[in-house]
Amino acid sequence: MTGSRKKTGLVFFPAFDWAISATHPEREERLLYTQDQVFEEGLLDLDNIVEFKPGLATIEDINRIHICVPDANRVITQSHLISAGGAITAAEKVMEKEVDNAFALVRPPGHHAMRIVHGARGFCNINIEAIMIEYIRRRYGHRKIAIVDTDCHHGDGTQDIFWHDPDTLFISVHQDGRTLYPGSGFSDEFGGPNALGATINIPLPPHTSDEGFLFVLDNLILPILDEFKPDLVINSAGQDNHYSDPITNMSFSAQGYATLNDRLSPDIAVLEGGYSIESALPYVNVGIILAMAGIDYSHVTEPDYNPEATRQTAQTSRYIEQQVAAISDLWKTRATRRDALVKGKEYLRRSRSIFYDTDMISEQQEETVRICNECGGLITIRSEASTGNRIFAVIVPGRGCPVCRHKGEEIFEETGTGSYHHVYFQDRDRDLFLVK
Amino acid sequence: MIVGIDVGGTHTDAVLLESLHVKKTAKAVTNQENLIESLIAVTEEVIRGENPGEIERIALSTTISTNAIVQGKTDRVGLILAGGPGLPPEMLAIGEDTHCISGYVNHRGIRVAGTDPREVARIAELFEGKKIGHVGIVGKFSTRNPALETEIGDVLDGRFRHLSFGHRMSGNLNFPRRIATTYLNAAIWKTYKAFVASVMDFVDHMGIGAPLHILKADGGTSSISQSLEYPVGSILSGPAASVMGILSLTDGTEDAVALDIGGTTTDIAIFADGVPLLEPLGVTIGGHKTLIRGLLTRSIGVGGDSSVRYKEGRITIGPERAGPAAAFGGPSPTPTDALILLGRTDIGDKGKALKAIREIAAQAHRSPEQVAQEICDLACRTIVSAVREMLQEINNKPVYTVHEILEGKKIVPAVAYIVGGPAGPMAPYLEKMMNIPASVPGYAEVANAIGAALARTTTEVTLLADTEKGEATIPEEGIQTAISRNFTHQEAIDLCMSTLRARALRMGAYEDTLDMEIVEDQVFNMVRGMGYTTGRNMRIKAQVKPGLVAAIKEEGGQ
Ligand SMILES: [Zn+2]
Ligand SMILES: [Zn+2]
Repeated sequence: MTGSRKKTGLVFFPAFDWAISATHPEREERLLYTQDQVFEEGLLDLDNIVEFKPGLATIEDINRIHICVPDANRVITQSHLISAGGAITAAEKVMEKEVDNAFALVRPPGHHAMRIVHGARGFCNINIEAIMIEYIRRRYGHRKIAIVDTDCHHGDGTQDIFWHDPDTLFISVHQDGRTLYPGSGFSDEFGGPNALGATINIPLPPHTSDEGFLFVLDNLILPILDEFKPDLVINSAGQDNHYSDPITNMSFSAQGYATLNDRLSPDIAVLEGGYSIESALPYVNVGIILAMAGIDYSHVTEPDYNPEATRQTAQTSRYIEQQVAAISDLWKTRATRRDALVKGKEYLRRSRSIFYDTDMISEQQEETVRICNECGGLITIRSEASTGNRIFAVIVPGRGCPVCRHKGEEIFEETGTGSYHHVYFQDRDRDLFLVK
Repeated sequence: MIVGIDVGGTHTDAVLLESLHVKKTAKAVTNQENLIESLIAVTEEVIRGENPGEIERIALSTTISTNAIVQGKTDRVGLILAGGPGLPPEMLAIGEDTHCISGYVNHRGIRVAGTDPREVARIAELFEGKKIGHVGIVGKFSTRNPALETEIGDVLDGRFRHLSFGHRMSGNLNFPRRIATTYLNAAIWKTYKAFVASVMDFVDHMGIGAPLHILKADGGTSSISQSLEYPVGSILSGPAASVMGILSLTDGTEDAVALDIGGTTTDIAIFADGVPLLEPLGVTIGGHKTLIRGLLTRSIGVGGDSSVRYKEGRITIGPERAGPAAAFGGPSPTPTDALILLGRTDIGDKGKALKAIREIAAQAHRSPEQVAQEICDLACRTIVSAVREMLQEINNKPVYTVHEILEGKKIVPAVAYIVGGPAGPMAPYLEKMMNIPASVPGYAEVANAIGAALARTTTEVTLLADTEKGEATIPEEGIQTAISRNFTHQEAIDLCMSTLRARALRMGAYEDTLDMEIVEDQVFNMVRGMGYTTGRNMRIKAQVKPGLVAAIKEEGGQ
C-alpha cells in the first residue's frame, strides 16, 4: 500500500440482460461472479466507497468522437449507451470532486472501437473511454489526459482515435501482437506526425508475470507520465492479462493488478476485457477497488494462486528490460524523430485495411492529416467497407488552429456526396457534427 | 378478538380489536428498567372483563432487543470467521473475541479449503476459559454452502449456551453484515429469551391460549417461539409498528409517504403501491450495518418538541429536545408553540407559547406571528426536503440490467399519511409544500399497537440453483440439496415458493393472507471452455410481502 484512504466512486453495470450471443465471452454471465464477490465483501458499505447509477450517453456524445456509418443508432444498442454513460458518470463524479477517483465497472467494453465505426470489432462498438474523454473536455474545459491501457489486447481503437492528438497520451501495455489479436501495437507505432510520442506501445512476451508488468510500470510508464504531466490519468482496466484468462497467454495476478493500480493511481479506471469470469475477475476487481480506495488489498488472492508456478522466466525478464530501454530511447528522441518525419511535407497519408472480427466486416481506409505545428492537424478520411458503405469524413481536431478549421470547412463544402453515401464533418471545438 | 401491544421508548400502548373495530385502548409510561411490567399493565387493562378464550391472537412490538443493543447491555460473544481472501481480518472483527480460521468456500459455494477441527477446538477452549456462552459462526459465502459453518458448529455443539449460524440470518450476500447480524443475534439471545419467557408466563397466567406473535423490523410478525432462534429479527420493531399502524388505518394501495412526527424526531417511510419499502440489504442499528430484513425508514431530528433557536441571523430547529413545548412549561420555544400561536391547535398555555416565541421575535426584529410562521415553514421544509432526498435515493438506486435502467419503476407518492402529536396542525402546511393530499388517520395515538395487532407474518427465502454443480441451496432454511442437470427454471420457482410457504406457515402465517411474490428471478447460462453451455445458474428470491391480515374498519381520519 502506498497511499491513504481515498473516496472512490464505483459505477457498476454488469448488463445482466445483454450479450453479443448466448455463448460469446461478452455474455450475461460475465460479471455475475464479480458482482457476487463485490457484494459479499461488503465493499459498497465502506464509508469511502460510493456506488453510482450509470447515466445514459447520448448520440451527441458518440458523434463527438466517432464517425458511425451510416449513423450511431445503426451501430449500437442501448447497452452501449449505458456503458459509455457509466464511464461518463464516473468521470463526472471525479471532475465534480464528489469522489477522489472512480471505477466504471461496466460492459460492453470499447477499446477496439476506432474513429470510423462500420460495426463491432474485438467485442467493441463504440469506444467508451474516448467518448468519456471528449465529454470531460466539452463539459469541463480542455485537459491533458493520459490513458494507460492495461488490457491484454492492444488498444488499437483508442490508439486510432487519439493518434493525432498531442494532448492525449495513450500508453498500451499488452501481449505481443505477433501472438494475439488484434496483431498490432508494436513499439514503432508511436503516434501521428503532429503527435509523435503521444502513443506508446509496450508489447510484452507471452507469460509475462507480475514482475514484468510492474517493471514496465516503474521504469517506463511512470517516468513518461511524470514528464507528460497529464491533468488526468485514465486506466483502461482490462483484466485479460490474468494467468487464468481463456483467450490470452499472460501470467498477471490479482495482486499484480491491484499493485499496478495502486502505483499508477488513476483518476478514473474503466473496465475493458477480461474473460476468466470465475477465477480471475471477482478477485481482480475486488483488488482494484480496494487499491483505488486506499484499503489494504494484500489479502486478495485467487484460490489457486501460486506465484512460483506463474513466475516469468529469466529470459522474459531480460527481453522486457531491453524493450523498456528501447522504448525509453524512442520517447526521449521523439522531437528529433518528428522533425525528420514531417520535414518538407504538408500532408501525410496512411492507407489501412481494418477488419471487424465481431461483425465480419472489412474496411479500406485512407487517412490524410495536415502537418501542423499549431494543433493536432486537420484530418480527412476516405473509407469503404464490405457492407457497401463508402464515406468521406472531415475532422477538425480539438483546439484546432484557424488554418486547419478553415481548410476543413472548405473541403466539406466542396465535397459532394457523389460517389459517397455520406460526407461527415466533425468539429470538436464547436461541438459540430454535420452529415450530407 | 386481537390484542396488539407496543412497548415503545416512552409509552406502552395496548389495543383490543373486535371484528376489526377498536374496542379498548390503554396507555402507560414505559418502565425502562422493567419492560414486562409496563406490558402487563396495559394488557391487563384492555382484557379486563373479556373472555380470554375469545382472544384469537396477541401480537406485540418491543424495544427490548433494541435497548439492549443501543445501551450496550449485551452478552459477550465469541466469533469464529471462515473468510478466505478479501478484506483484511481487522476490518471484519467485532471485539477482541473474534477469531479468523482457515477454510473457506468461494462465490459459487465450492469448498476451496476445509476447516481444521483442532484449530476450532482450540478456539472453543479459549472461549470456555473466558466464560463466553454465546458463539457466532460465520463463513464467507456460507449462504452458498453452509457446510463449513455446520462443521464448525459440530465441534462446538453442546459446549455453549447458544450458537448462531451466519447462513441462517439471511440469504443476502454481504460477509461483514452477516458477521454483524450473527454477532447481534448471539449478543441479545439471552436477554430476548428471558423476555419471551416472562411474556409467555404472563399469558399462561391470564389463561390466554391464543398464538403469541412478535413484530419484526420488516413490519411482519413471527410466532414468538419461532423467533427464539432469530431474536435479532425483532429489533427496530418500533418504527415498523408505526408504519404498519399507518397502513392499518389507511389501507392505501398507491405510492405514498408516511410521516410519524414525534417529540424529537420525524420518521419517514415510503409505500410503493401500498406496500412499505424494505431496506435493500438490512437495517442499521447501534452502528452495525446488518442483514436484518427491515422497513426502509429515515429519522430526522425535527419534531414537535425540538428546540427552536435564533443563531447568526437564522432560526434553527433541533435536533435536540430541551423538554416539552413552552406551552407545557418547557424551557425553550418549539414548533408546537408556533402552531399554538398560529391558532392551529388549542392545546397547552398559549400565553407561555407567546412568551417563548416573543424572545426569538425580539432577536429577529419581527413580530411573534411572523416568527411562528417561519418556524412552522422551516419545520415542514426540513421534513419535505428529507422526503425528497429519500425518494431520490430510492429512485436512483443502481440497477443491473438494461431493462431496469430504461423501464425501472419510479416512486411518485400520491398521498402523505401523517401521524404523531403535531400531525393535524402541520398537515395543511405539509400538504401545500408536497403538493399532494395529506391524510391524518384516526386512532393515531395507538397506531403502533394496532399495527402490531394486524401485521401479517412475513418472511423470505433465497434460492440458488447451480445445475453445473448439481446443487440447490436455500440458506434461510438450511437446505442444501442435489438437483439434476436438467433442473428447470420452473422447478426452481416451485421449490422456492413451496419452501417459502412452509416457512411462513411454521412462523405462524395464516394460509388465506399469505401474499407471496417473487422479488428476484435471474437465470444465467454458464458457458465454459470453447463456448460450451455447462449448466444454468438460477437465483430466485421470494417473500411474503409486508402487509395486514386485515385493515381496521373505522372512519376516524380527516
Ligand atoms: Zn482484451
Ligand atoms: Zn492546425
